[in-house]
Amino acid sequence: SPVTREAGRCRRGRAGTVLGQRGERGPVEMVLPWGIPPSGRSRVWGSGLAPWVPVVGLEIHAQISSNSKLFSGSQVQFAAPPNSLVSFFDASLPGTLPVLNRRCVEAAVMTGLALNCSINKKSLFDRKHYFYADLPAGYQITQQRVPIAVNGSLSYSLCIDNKMSQMVTKTVRIKQIQLEQDSGKSLHDDTRSQTLVDLNRAGVGLMEVVMEPDMCCGEEAAAAVRELQLILQTLGSSQAVMAEGQLRVDANVSVHHPGEPYGVRTEVKNINSIRFLAKAVDYEIQRQIEELENGGTILNETRAFDSKLGCTVPMRDKEGKQDYRFMPEPNLPPLILYDAKSLPANMNHQQVINIDWIHERLPDLPSVKREKLVEQYGILPEHSFTLLNEDGLAEFFESVVKHTQMKPKKVIGWVLNDLLSYLKQHSLTVKESPVSSFLLADLLNLLEKKEISSTAAKQVLAELWKGEGKTPLEIVKEQKLELLQDQKELEQICQAVIDGQENEVIMVVWG
Amino acid sequence: QKVSVEVLDHLEHLALVDFRDLEGVERLQKAIQFADQLHEVNTDGVEPMDSVLEDRCLYLREDDVTEGNCTKELMENAREKVEEYFVAPPGNIPLLKLEERETFLPGS
Repeated sequence: SPVTREAGRCRRGRAGTVLGQRGERGPVEMVLPWGIPPSGRSRVWGSGLAPWVPVVGLEIHAQISSNSKLFSGSQVQFAAPPNSLVSFFDASLPGTLPVLNRRCVEAAVMTGLALNCSINKKSLFDRKHYFYADLPAGYQITQQRVPIAVNGSLSYSLCIDNKMSQMVTKTVRIKQIQLEQDSGKSLHDDTRSQTLVDLNRAGVGLMEVVMEPDMCCGEEAAAAVRELQLILQTLGSSQAVMAEGQLRVDANVSVHHPGEPYGVRTEVKNINSIRFLAKAVDYEIQRQIEELENGGTILNETRAFDSKLGCTVPMRDKEGKQDYRFMPEPNLPPLILYDAKSLPANMNHQQVINIDWIHERLPDLPSVKREKLVEQYGILPEHSFTLLNEDGLAEFFESVVKHTQMKPKKVIGWVLNDLLSYLKQHSLTVKESPVSSFLLADLLNLLEKKEISSTAAKQVLAELWKGEGKTPLEIVKEQKLELLQDQKELEQICQAVIDGQENEVIMVVWG
Repeated sequence: QKVSVEVLDHLEHLALVDFRDLEGVERLQKAIQFADQLHEVNTDGVEPMDSVLEDRCLYLREDDVTEGNCTKELMENAREKVEEYFVAPPGNIPLLKLEERETFLPGS
C-alpha cells in the first residue's frame, strides 16, 4: 500500500467538510470542528519498514473565568491599557502578600469533578523559580507537590476513517489539575533590541490540566482538547478561547517501536489553535521518525511550532534542563476543602468550600447533553455531536423543533445541511444568522403542510438569507411557489400544455 | 564535605548570585553544616512540616475587583518605559560558562 511521507496528507474533501451518513434527506455533511480530516490511528508512519508507536501527552493551561486575579484584587480583562490592571502584589513590590481568591478555587473544584478527579481536601502551594522579565517575583506560585485534583479522565469522540457514521469513544487519563499564576506578557521589539513588558496578565488564575500520554496522533490530541474546551465553557470555569490566550496547549511527543521502552520526548509550544495542535503533533511525530530512521537521535528539548511553515523548530533561550528549585510557598497555609461529612460546624460560611455542594450544582456536561438530544429527538449521535460543536446550534435546533410540526429527524437535516453550511460559507456564527429559528420553523411548517415543495423550500431559504425581513409566506406568494392542490386547476394546466404542443403530443402517442 | 565547584557554578547560574570571594563560599559551607545537624533527629513516621502556618486557616477572598488602576505609581520606579510598558532586555542574558567568565571560582 502506498506510504506517505508528508505529515497530515490524507483524503480531503472541501476544506472542513466530510460526507457522512445518509440522513432522512440524503447525505448529511458534517463539518469537523478543526477542519482536518481524520488521519490517525489507521495510518502508517515513516518508511513502513518497522511499525512506530507515537505517544502524545498534553499540558493545558486554562485561564480561570473570574473578576479578579488568583492572589490579588486586580481586574481580569483582555486587552486593557498596559499595566492598568496591576496591583502592587502583581508587580512584586516588597511588603505585599498573596490572598487566595475563593472563586478560583471553586472553578478548579468544578473542573476536577467534571473530569472525574479525586479532589484533594488538603492541597499545598509552592514556588517555582526562574528568571524572566514578565515574572516580576522571579518565581511562580503553583501546586507542585499536592495539587487540588488528581487521577481523572476525559472521554472524547472520533470518527473512524472519513465516515462520520462510525464514531468511536476514547479516553485520556487526567494526571492532575493544579492552580497557578499566569505570567505577564512580553512584546519583543527586535528592531530596538528590547522587550516591552505588560503585567496585566501577571497573576491571573490558571488551571493547569495535565493529560497522560494516552493519545497517539494529532487528531486525538485535537479531539481531547476540543472536548475539554466544551466542558470548561459549559461549567463556566474558563471561557477557553484559544485565540485570546485563555486556553494554551503544550504537547509532549515521543515515538518508539512496539514492545520497546518509550522514546525521548520533545515538548512543543506556541500552538495557537486546535487545528494547529493536530498539525504540530503530526509534524513532530513524522520528524522524530524520520530522524530515527536516518540513524539520528532525538534531543529532550523544547520546540516551537511555526504555523506559517507548518513545522517545529528548536526554541532559542532554553539552556538545557531547567532547575526550578521548588520550595513550599511560605506565605500560604494548606488549602483545606470540605464535604458534607467534614463540614465544620462553627466556621464562617464564606470561608468554607463544600465539594459536595459544588457537585450537586454541576450543569449537564456535553456528553450528557448529547445523549439527551439523541434520546429526546431521535437524532443520530453524530448529529448531536455537531449540534454541540457549534456555539448556539443545539439551542437553535431545539427552538425550531419547538415551533414546527416537522419531525426532529427531518428538521436536523435542514439545520445541519442547509443552515450550517450557509453559516460556514459566510463565516457566521449561529448568533449572527440572518435566518432565525422562528423563520426556519415557519418555512418548515409550510413544507410540512405540503403548501410548498422541498425544492421551493430551498429557494425560499436562499431568499431568507438575504435578511430583508420578509416572512417565508411572503416570499412564497411573491415568487408564486405555492403547490397546487386543486385537481381541477391542475387538469386545466395540463390540458393547456397538451393543447399548446400538438406535434409533440402526436409523436408521444405514436411512440 | 565541601560544596563542589559544579554546584557553586550551578547556583550562580540559577540564582544569579555571585559568591564573590572565598569568604562567601565558606559562609555557604558553614550554613549547610549548621542545617545538616537536623539529620541527627530521628524523623521516622513524622510528616515534614514546611510552614508554621500549617494549622492556620487559609483566608479566602471574595472575587471582587479592589485593586489595580495605578499605572502612574507603578511606572515611577521604572528606569525605562515606552508608552506605559516596562522595558527589559530582549531575552534572558545567560551567565557565561565558568571557563568564559570572571569569577573567583576555580575553573574560570
